[in-house]
Amino acid sequence: MTWTGNSLNIMLAFIPTPAGFSLVIATFAAGAIGAVLTGANDRRANLWGNGCAIAGSLLGLVFSGTVLIMGITPSFGIPTSFPLLSLSIRVDPMSAFFMLLISLITLFCSIYALGYVSHFYQKYPLGALGFFYNTFTASMILVVTAHNALFFLIVWEIMSLTSYFLVIYERHEEINIKAGTLYFIMTHVGTAFILLAFLLFYQASGSFDFGAIREGIASAPLAMRNAIFIFALVGFGAKAGIIPFHIWLPAAHPAAPSHVSALMSGVMIKTGIYMLARICWDMLPGPPPLWWGLLILMIGSISSLLGVLYALSEHDLKKLLAYHSIENIGIIFLGLGSSLVFLSAGMRTFAMLGLIAALYHTMNHATFKALLFLGAGAVIAETRTRNIEEYGGLIRVMPQTAFFFLIGSLAISALPPFNGFFSEWMTFQALFQGVNTFDLATKMMFVAAVGALAFTGGLAAACFVKAFGATFLARPRSVAGEQAKESAVPLRIGMAALAFITLILGVISGRVANGFTDVAASLSAFRLMETLPVVSFDLMSVRTGFASISLPILFTGIAVMTAAITAVCVILTRKRTMRIGATWDCGADLTSRMEITATGFSRSIITVFRGVLKPTGQTDIEYHDAKLRYFPKTGIVTMAFQDVYAAYFYQPLQKITLGVAEQVKKIQIGNINVYILYILVTLTGLLLMLVV
Amino acid sequence: MTSTSLLPWVIQLVLIPALSPFFVGVTRKMKAELQNRQGASPFQPYLDLGKLFQKDEVMSRDASWVFRFTPYLVFSLTVFVGGCIPLISTALMNTYTGDFLVVIYLLALGTFFLALAGMDTGGAFGGFGSSREMMVAALTEGGLILSLLTLALVSHTTNLFAISNAVASLPFYDLPPVLLAFVGFFIALLAETGRYPFDNPSTHLELTMIHEAMILEYSGKRLAIIEWAAANKYLIFIALGANLFFPWGMADTLAAAPMIGSLALFIGKCLLFCAAIALIESTIAKFRIFRLPDLLFTSFIISIIAIGLIV
Repeated sequence: MTWTGNSLNIMLAFIPTPAGFSLVIATFAAGAIGAVLTGANDRRANLWGNGCAIAGSLLGLVFSGTVLIMGITPSFGIPTSFPLLSLSIRVDPMSAFFMLLISLITLFCSIYALGYVSHFYQKYPLGALGFFYNTFTASMILVVTAHNALFFLIVWEIMSLTSYFLVIYERHEEINIKAGTLYFIMTHVGTAFILLAFLLFYQASGSFDFGAIREGIASAPLAMRNAIFIFALVGFGAKAGIIPFHIWLPAAHPAAPSHVSALMSGVMIKTGIYMLARICWDMLPGPPPLWWGLLILMIGSISSLLGVLYALSEHDLKKLLAYHSIENIGIIFLGLGSSLVFLSAGMRTFAMLGLIAALYHTMNHATFKALLFLGAGAVIAETRTRNIEEYGGLIRVMPQTAFFFLIGSLAISALPPFNGFFSEWMTFQALFQGVNTFDLATKMMFVAAVGALAFTGGLAAACFVKAFGATFLARPRSVAGEQAKESAVPLRIGMAALAFITLILGVISGRVANGFTDVAASLSAFRLMETLPVVSFDLMSVRTGFASISLPILFTGIAVMTAAITAVCVILTRKRTMRIGATWDCGADLTSRMEITATGFSRSIITVFRGVLKPTGQTDIEYHDAKLRYFPKTGIVTMAFQDVYAAYFYQPLQKITLGVAEQVKKIQIGNINVYILYILVTLTGLLLMLVV
Repeated sequence: MTSTSLLPWVIQLVLIPALSPFFVGVTRKMKAELQNRQGASPFQPYLDLGKLFQKDEVMSRDASWVFRFTPYLVFSLTVFVGGCIPLISTALMNTYTGDFLVVIYLLALGTFFLALAGMDTGGAFGGFGSSREMMVAALTEGGLILSLLTLALVSHTTNLFAISNAVASLPFYDLPPVLLAFVGFFIALLAETGRYPFDNPSTHLELTMIHEAMILEYSGKRLAIIEWAAANKYLIFIALGANLFFPWGMADTLAAAPMIGSLALFIGKCLLFCAAIALIESTIAKFRIFRLPDLLFTSFIISIIAIGLIV
């Protein structure tokens, strides 16, 4: 054996060890602490913090990639002096996949951040940013690898807190503080439910270790499993941003710096998906009740459809993207829900198809949403506003950013040959199988889900025509838009890499889907399964013969066809000349006020869905002749949307809570004798209980 | 691939762009006859395209590469889709891109770029055309996917060629869901191809136009290509309607004689579709734009009922 071969073997043997994993975490820790230490110098803190994040995510990529390729499951633990708590880590293929995803997105966000955070110099402390950014990333990796419930809760809390501090990073703007507070409250409500789920696990199995829970829960009664499911759904659903627990998401994601928004939207909310999948497919063995899957399907349909409708009505670019996260979480839920329904019917092949579709969409959404947030960040850094109406014509000054954003827009609209199309295709196929298989009631739930997904796809395309068109096309509608420049090199590298991955994940999707089979097969729901739904590499085929697709051929076909036809046209008409003129507008002087705005663009769709969106429009017109009202001087249209969640869900909830608190207050009289009486009554009660 | 199997594929790919101007012309001619006008020859669209290709272009100074590139992409997509749908023989089984979702989303990709091109020049017309087009396109998707899903469910496949094969051999009593789904599909067809009552293909009045508003800034060869692509899309939808819902008589081999017969039958079926569309366009008025969603939701609901009818 040569020396290089030998050292390679040693390296390969080193990677999937506790030391290899610790190295990943240690690199992020070094980034966090180093950033604080170098905080006095903005530039150095930036280089140190993001440099370490890049190194750490590269190491994370190598670690999780090795684990996935070698098909091993490294696990290790450090016992602590606290009973029940052990810092145990287990990286099975499922965890490795999520770790890979986190590392991948972090890598490009950190490269982007090298250039992006420079506009915080002298304004906000870079050391703090580096500290929270690195801690946040490391805690996400620990969340998806933790194998002990208490340890999980600790890193989950670290993840929530660090992301809270990242949300309020630009603290001079009051709106960010408000968004942060809302996020803080919602995320802890979620954590409370997660805690309840874990306590029930503990009661059933007597352990906080995930492995022991899996063994111990088998004998638990159905009611307890139902309760665990509901608590987990609310807790992790709140993190994932399902409707109606989504209200923090469109507030918090836009408030954070854009590369952090990309991470939060791209991967942090996916940790909720991860743990939900871990619980439902891995830790609660046996076929689940039918209603679990149907409930998730219903939530998925509602979240996807409403998410995209809210996005359409939004003209804050980052809020728009945040609402699309809700939509895509809904699509992921459609895959998960169909999988659970199949699981309860004992059809594990289809169940696997649904789960793979969900996991694939998780990955795809992470890549294109990160790309879109990075693109939005580049635009916002140049124009200093998040209002789409003030952009316009940026494709001329930022052609590369525009191109990357366009690729993200195509992918999120599920247009072929990009990755979003493929995962939606798989989700469709999983739902089709449901329509094909079940009795009428269940079938209609699947039909509704298909309908929701179909409309979601179309509305998402409409929304991104609006977002891309109003931002990058036509003429600038503000001075800031005219003065914008192409973004800095690190920003473009980050976006270019993600755009490339978005395309590649679409084109080689058959292979990637095959890889997901191994990931899904590691979960206990699919243990010892023989037939796998994915049969060949490049031709993706569902249930041999029902449906098949080949993205490489699709991509090559379109590319070759377009190139050939364009070439033929250009050659045949090479003698024709082209004159540059002004856009025709009935002879009027062309101004940027004649362009369609984002609000105008989505107005017709909002009118169609006014029953759901409840738009409130108010028109104020000032007239030259106030009495006759023939000649308007100025006109202002104010459009807003009623916050139905606050009005019908959170405010009643708040009212009930306050009402109960008011009642509880009555026993707090303030007289010490009464409190002694309480103690006496309690003691007597307890003693009686002991006797009886 | 041998040359014997290559030739049918070439025919398949060329058929849509070669015939589509004719069917646009035929529809116009039929409309003219129904309205007691003489009308131009059915071959007039070919002459129009030829004329436009001869002309120079005027390009808006606000147009970016999106506007310049869109016509080529949209046209190429329609030609590509021509290879993904059953036209004259189901023996040309395309298992790679013949899935109905592929066809719908490829056409959606074209619509996406067309809408962007409409916004690109910054005129008032283009933007509103795009907005309306995306509204109609988004709302059509549900009815379109579910009506084709009905076929997929009765024929146990989502491959369009296999659907044609399966529907042709369906027993009589299995047909009601297919026919009901056809109603849903036909509404979607009218919406997607910009016909009455959704859009008026022959108007340039700003109050009514959708598709024409988007492409208002095009001229010369790019206008020709866009118009041709729109004709292709028209024929693609007619072919889907004819060959998926009424596939009887389609060749299932690659032999010459059945293929020629099948081609004649295909043209005949398409002419019937054109006649139906011409009749609709001559007898009903265009709908107000906010009544269109009602019609599109009707298409969606009808398709759901069709799925419910499948035993």
